[in-house]
Amino acid sequence: MGPSLLGAALLIARKDLAIEFRTRTAFFSAVVFGVLGAAIFYFAWDPTSVGALELAPGVLWMIFTFAGLLGLQRSFSTELADRAMDGLLVSPVSREAIYMGKALANLVFVCAVEVVAILAVALFYNMSFSTHVPALALFAFLAAVGLVAVGTLFSAMTVNTRLAELLLPVLSLPFFVPVVIPAAQATAKLLAGRPLAEVAGWLKVLVAFDIVFVVACTLAFPFTLEE
Amino acid sequence: MSESVVRESAPPAMAPSTPKTGRIEWLLIVAILAVIGTGVRAIYFTPMDSLQGAVQKIFYVHVPSAFVALYMAFALVALMSALFLWLHDLRFDRVAESSAEVGVIFTTAVLCTGPIWAKAAWGTWWTWDARLTSTLFLWFMYVGYLVMRGAMQDRMMRARYSAVLGLLGALLIPFIHLSVYLFRTMHPRPIVLKPSAPSLPPDMLQTFLLALCSFALLFVALLRIRYRMAVARDALLEEND
Amino acid sequence: MLDAAPAAVVEAHGLTRRYGMRRAVDGVDLTLGAGECLALFGPNGAGKTTLLRVLAGLLKPSGGTARIAGVPLPGGPAARAMVGLISHEHMLYSALTARENVEFAARLYGVRDARGAAAHALERMHVAERADTPVRALSRGLQQRVSIARAMVHDPRVVLLDEPFTGLDAAGAAALTVMLCDLKEGGAALILVTHNLAEGLEVATHAAIMRAGQFVRQEPCATLDLTDYTAAYRELVTHGA
Repeated sequence: MGPSLLGAALLIARKDLAIEFRTRTAFFSAVVFGVLGAAIFYFAWDPTSVGALELAPGVLWMIFTFAGLLGLQRSFSTELADRAMDGLLVSPVSREAIYMGKALANLVFVCAVEVVAILAVALFYNMSFSTHVPALALFAFLAAVGLVAVGTLFSAMTVNTRLAELLLPVLSLPFFVPVVIPAAQATAKLLAGRPLAEVAGWLKVLVAFDIVFVVACTLAFPFTLEE
Repeated sequence: MSESVVRESAPPAMAPSTPKTGRIEWLLIVAILAVIGTGVRAIYFTPMDSLQGAVQKIFYVHVPSAFVALYMAFALVALMSALFLWLHDLRFDRVAESSAEVGVIFTTAVLCTGPIWAKAAWGTWWTWDARLTSTLFLWFMYVGYLVMRGAMQDRMMRARYSAVLGLLGALLIPFIHLSVYLFRTMHPRPIVLKPSAPSLPPDMLQTFLLALCSFALLFVALLRIRYRMAVARDALLEEND
Repeated sequence: MLDAAPAAVVEAHGLTRRYGMRRAVDGVDLTLGAGECLALFGPNGAGKTTLLRVLAGLLKPSGGTARIAGVPLPGGPAARAMVGLISHEHMLYSALTARENVEFAARLYGVRDARGAAAHALERMHVAERADTPVRALSRGLQQRVSIARAMVHDPRVVLLDEPFTGLDAAGAAALTVMLCDLKEGGAALILVTHNLAEGLEVATHAAIMRAGQFVRQEPCATLDLTDYTAAYRELVTHGA
């Protein structure tokens, strides 16, 4: 009949990434925003009173969050144009596969933005990320999963409303809090060279959030479609 | 299908009679009297806290409001959301909508009384303690919920989206509470608001329980009024379809 | 031709779809066998598009029954796999090429040789020369042809067409008519919604007129008197609403 759940999700994700690669506007916007943000934040603080080491994690996560939102905005707008979404809904793929495919594409997007943001912050704040790089990458990835799980669902919902660009941040940001707090706190500790054991608690919170919300949002997605 | 554009109703007026029938809303009158009565008891007939003085009495407004906002209003929103997704009956959506509008009022009351209490008792307007912060995000949840509803005209779609948001919000609250709690234990601050001190002397406990009951009653009364307004508005919309 | 009565490919009994109190589709009965084509006429707002969307699996029926090749609706992936939908909007991704769009659709439907099937579908609609152009660079007529190729790439047993002739030039319309006849011969069942009486009757084996959610006339084309029908069409479709 049709492809399997995972097969369909990958197919849809590849399609989304192909479109994004073709147009590139969203990614560039997010990257420029990230680099600009890192630069501007630097001047917002007095470098003599607050060290770069203390500032960097906060700036990093602020940029991740808002640049991530920029990417999530466009996630369903391509489906709205010309009713392309109907083409997906009429096919035999399951609604959950559509959600997962979109989320996967968003995950790649957000991770790519995270990489650029990390490089920008490392450059501007003279960070050496040599300590605990795998752990940092793990937190960045898990946080991206959490942001994308919720953001993809809300993107699907808000694209149908009048105040889409305003509503997506308003609805999503409260959900980002249990992602950003653990991730930012852990990042701060790791960059300061603290032992891994100290961030284990935050890791558990983040993993728990990811599991709960990936499942919940996947189950909720079909309810956001008119049927 | 052209639906006449109807603005989402503003929070309910405090008039004791419903617009449609002129019937007097007895429950609201009883509730208001209960709240006033409890207030009087709290101010004049309950002993003062030895440490904080008179300002501690805000506790009798602050905590019951918080209880109603979360465990009554939001729990009802979550329950109605689940029932709607299961049974697709728009009445559940109406209850959820009404509960959210009344809930945001109580949540606002918590967020107003909290800083007043904190400033008077401990000298700072805001403390990032777990409970107050969770209430702040509860407030954002409510506002997001109501703003989203306001941006949608299609009744069924609005009900579905609201139900999804309501349930996800219910899942979120414990996570926020946990995250902020862990944050605080890692960054201890000298000031800690202890809103629900279980070791209350019997007089204060009684007043507290009375306050709790009267606020709960007020919630139910306001909910009923708001629900009736929603019913009337929907009936009007259906006539125009 | 055969002894046994051919199994109906599309069946509906009392099919209803409600929006709130309003019935967009109100008790539709239809039976369509393999190789048959129903031309569906009607004024705007009659419910034709809604009917197609229910049969395509985009909307759930509110009442009555319907079957696609024996699978009762809502039939999930099993029913949707057998249906091709062509609607007003082209449902294509404008940043991708025609070939990429049709190949993507082929993979969504699990077509074994997606690339080959896509090339074949594009050839049948005479857009193979522009296959590697991004869709947004194509004219409306060519976009429409790609959209049709997309809907047919998985050899559907039921093809639902919502005003497919709009935007097509004479060559495109001719290609489409040939394709529809090919599909009929191949055993597919078609429902063709159109405002063009002549184009509709050219390929149709049955004709129906829909008003306010109901079929007010339904008959095989063989027994149809053209002058009489044209007059009825004028009265029910162009003058009514």
